[in-house]
Amino acid sequence: MRMMKLTAGALVAYAALGGTAAMAQTELTMWYHGAGNEVELTLINQLIDDFNASQSDWSVSIESFPQESYNDSVVAAALAGNLPDIIDVDGPVMPNWAWSGYMQPLTIDESLIEDFLPGTKGIWDGQLYSIGLWDAAVALVTRQSTLDALGLRTPTLEEPWNLEEFMAALEAAKASGDYEYAFDPGMAWTGEWYPYAFSPFLQSFGGDLVDRSTYQSADGVLNGEAAIAFGEWWQSLFAEGYAPGTSQDPADRDTGLIDGKYAFSWNGNWAALGALAAHEDTLFLPAPDFGNGSVIGAASWQFGISSTSEHPEGAAAFIEFALQDEYLAAFSNGIGLIPATPSAAAMTENYAEGGAMSVFFDLSAEQALVRPVTPGYVVAAKVFEKALADIANGADVIDTLDAAVDEIDADIESNSGYGH
Amino acid sequence: MASSLKNPDRTGWAFALPGTVLILTFIVIPFFFAFALSMTNQRLISPNPTEYVGLKNYRDLLGLAVVTLEPERDDSGAVVIDDDGEIVYPRLRTITRSDDYPQYRGMREWFRWQSGEDARIVIASDVVFMKALVNTLLFVLVVAPVQGGLALVLALLINQRLRGINIFRTIYFMPVVVSIVVVSLLWRFIYDGSDGLLNNVLSWITFGAFQPVDWLGNTETALGAIMAMSIWQAVGFHMVIWLSGLQTISPTLYEAAAIEGASKWQTFRYVTWPGLRHTAVLVLIVITMQAFALFAQIDVMTSGGPLDSTQTVVFQAVERGYGKQDISGGSTISVILFVIVLTISLIQRYLTREK
Amino acid sequence: MAAVNPDNQGLRLAVRYAVLILIALIFIGPILFMVMSSFKPDLQLLQDTSSLRAFLPVGDLSLENYREAFQRAPVRLFVINSVIVTGATVVLSLIVCSLAAFSFVYLDWKGRDVILSVILATLIIPFETIAIPLLLLVSKLPWIGLEGFEIGWLNSYRVQIIPWIADGLTIFLFVQYFKSLPGELIEASRVEGATWFQIYMRVVMPLSGPVLATAAILKFLVMYNQYLWPLIVVQQEQYRPVMVGLQYFFQLNTAWGEIMAYLTLITVPVLGFYLVLQRAFIASIASTGVKG
Repeated sequence: MRMMKLTAGALVAYAALGGTAAMAQTELTMWYHGAGNEVELTLINQLIDDFNASQSDWSVSIESFPQESYNDSVVAAALAGNLPDIIDVDGPVMPNWAWSGYMQPLTIDESLIEDFLPGTKGIWDGQLYSIGLWDAAVALVTRQSTLDALGLRTPTLEEPWNLEEFMAALEAAKASGDYEYAFDPGMAWTGEWYPYAFSPFLQSFGGDLVDRSTYQSADGVLNGEAAIAFGEWWQSLFAEGYAPGTSQDPADRDTGLIDGKYAFSWNGNWAALGALAAHEDTLFLPAPDFGNGSVIGAASWQFGISSTSEHPEGAAAFIEFALQDEYLAAFSNGIGLIPATPSAAAMTENYAEGGAMSVFFDLSAEQALVRPVTPGYVVAAKVFEKALADIANGADVIDTLDAAVDEIDADIESNSGYGH
Repeated sequence: MASSLKNPDRTGWAFALPGTVLILTFIVIPFFFAFALSMTNQRLISPNPTEYVGLKNYRDLLGLAVVTLEPERDDSGAVVIDDDGEIVYPRLRTITRSDDYPQYRGMREWFRWQSGEDARIVIASDVVFMKALVNTLLFVLVVAPVQGGLALVLALLINQRLRGINIFRTIYFMPVVVSIVVVSLLWRFIYDGSDGLLNNVLSWITFGAFQPVDWLGNTETALGAIMAMSIWQAVGFHMVIWLSGLQTISPTLYEAAAIEGASKWQTFRYVTWPGLRHTAVLVLIVITMQAFALFAQIDVMTSGGPLDSTQTVVFQAVERGYGKQDISGGSTISVILFVIVLTISLIQRYLTREK
Repeated sequence: MAAVNPDNQGLRLAVRYAVLILIALIFIGPILFMVMSSFKPDLQLLQDTSSLRAFLPVGDLSLENYREAFQRAPVRLFVINSVIVTGATVVLSLIVCSLAAFSFVYLDWKGRDVILSVILATLIIPFETIAIPLLLLVSKLPWIGLEGFEIGWLNSYRVQIIPWIADGLTIFLFVQYFKSLPGELIEASRVEGATWFQIYMRVVMPLSGPVLATAAILKFLVMYNQYLWPLIVVQQEQYRPVMVGLQYFFQLNTAWGEIMAYLTLITVPVLGFYLVLQRAFIASIASTGVKG
């Protein structure tokens, strides 16, 4: 009887405590770019619910934005002084926001991110500002049957195709007459796709968007000999009819390889599940080596803390919570992204050893190079995008690259060197 | 109170006040703010302090110069001719990237012509902006008369007394109610270069003689394609404005014209057209303003390409101000656009003034 | 003239209808394409774009795209938001702008011409070019509402409505129209001792059907298609309008069928609005037609 009473009393006390604890949870707001993507939202909501239930200090609430306009929304909100506590940020854009004072350094237990893929860590000015649960990678997508039909060797990470082999492959595909175009680089996807997907080609040729030793100029790297060689090669893809140009139908971009219109497609891991579902013999090949090693872009969406957050410790607690392998694996399984750690990769269907997409994990680990880590990247990326579109459309390669250099340099100068 | 309301001065103010205050607050003040920004180096986002830079932004956009390139000569001093029989000139970068000519640094070729053996080249600080200006003016010059004229033709067609004419009126107006963004998305399918609807229809009409054209991917056709689509989308609206003008013309005038045996053209020339005076001014001004603001079609369909053949002023303002985070440069473009359009509308007003 | 050959007349009628129908096809084609596509699965939709099948309800038709669209985004919420913002702005705009135009045309007061010139000059400022200064302004504006005093208009309906009420074009439309009304009517009412407000309400407004309809349609279209402004002043889903909602559908691997379904859904209210107005429009022209 006494026992019962005690237990009952304890229950009441516990309920009261629990109640007040719930009341005392401090509200944290978070912005996320996943509006319109049900699977992604389900995952992030699950993560938030788990976090809110796991402790009694903080309660995170989410506001979702469509990805296409997410950056514009954040910049506008920052101008108007209306940022949330936790923001997600595209990796290459982070230095711009950090430098502008929208974000504060992220203080989390460093042992938690030891094993993370390098592309998932957002470091600016020597400090960690953001961390990603996943990375993305790009591969040369084709089908085994295509390689067999054209009599081509299967390139590997150790021995990727070189420039001659790659062009020979395109030539073989073109000569076969079975395809509308040999190669689909994805010109229909304007915006960040161009610098993300195509600047690695430039880097593989030996050029870059900006001189990474100083970050003060693009002269010599974006219009040097390597860059000009890249530009001429790029132009030849379109001039000689290997690839569809800037007016590519966006629908063809999505389904062209699956429908057999294209022999090869330069595409990201997010499209891999669809391609595999359509054709079991879909292959994801490493980037060709154009002379300076194979390169693909790194860094995807990451979490960080806004500078105006009054509770950075709460925001950091949430981010630490999110970094658990189970969430990394869940996002990967749900939307096909590359989990940030090997242990999480092992928990997934596709990235585990022998999984259909495990090649992407290796690509990400071996070939990935982050886009230039500078606040000026945002503008350089725009300039690069236009230069590539113009060259594809037949503009003079040297003049176009010179003009791009001038514009990037002028921008760096008018921003007083972007704090480097 | 009643007497004060009869005082035209106070009543006038009272009636105009809400509208005036709203326009001053939400359009005029922001515009002056933009004007002030155009004199600074303000970035959209930046920790750096804002500095006054005078007219630098204007110079960066409008700077022009003419340079002369002498032909390449071989060792004997003869002019080098290439395989096509054209004179070979050194690259322009030998001047624009040379330390001997710091004043031309960063300028690019806009266009060139030949003068004797030399090539004269007009170089601009911002070639893209110059092309945007030309394209925008071209767009206005074509779209304003064509759209206004077609709208009038449609209005005359639809002003007949026929059974079911309301159905046609509604159908002609339908594109207007579809957002221009939506229209642009739809027309990307129509203009598709390989198996687009337009190419297929044209090939079908000509029994296969028509060769497919990459409408939006070709510098020759891209702007024209966007013009055609813009006219298709908006002509119904102006048709309705013309129609309301037509219906205010008194039927007795037409009866009088019929009694005097006027031909169809004479009736139009001496009865209809004079009755449409106010409407004509309205249609012309509205179309001109809308044409100058050309943006959404470009943003959705071409992003200014291919090779800047569809760049426009407002697209450049947005691209610069937001995309490249150069809000002072973007503001400068809007001020320049304002001055241009103001000048044109003053000319229009002068030309269409009541005589 | 009276003895027109009946065959000839029949032929002319046929030609007239043929011309009207041909033009109608050009105007309705792309819209039919949108509506028909909304019922087709993606793969078929894309294959059909290369033939006349694009305009026809053929193949595998279903409401699947609509179901998916409602699942992907709160379509109803977006449409309701747009209708609230658009409706409120149109009504307020008609009142405010017609009052101002009335004053500019009929009343003689100090500073009138200067202010009218300034207002007409604002007609040529594209909104895109003042968006950022305006954003900074509204984020600092005060407001007294049900919850008391607050600073900043972001995330609300008012921030989407109030800046758009008055504009140069609408005032210009009214000014042009009022100028064409017979001045004797106003004079007569003045002589009879009517106040200016009575003249506005009882004489001018009843004659203004056509211009009210035109201004309403124009404003409706501008407001319903708002994109950039709500994008930068609204950070909460509960206030988002339809064109921002369209962005929900642009994911990697775009679902075109769903986009077509969404586009069809958001176009229907506008078409309805036009059909309703058109009736009022024709009626008002019929009643005022005998003038000039």
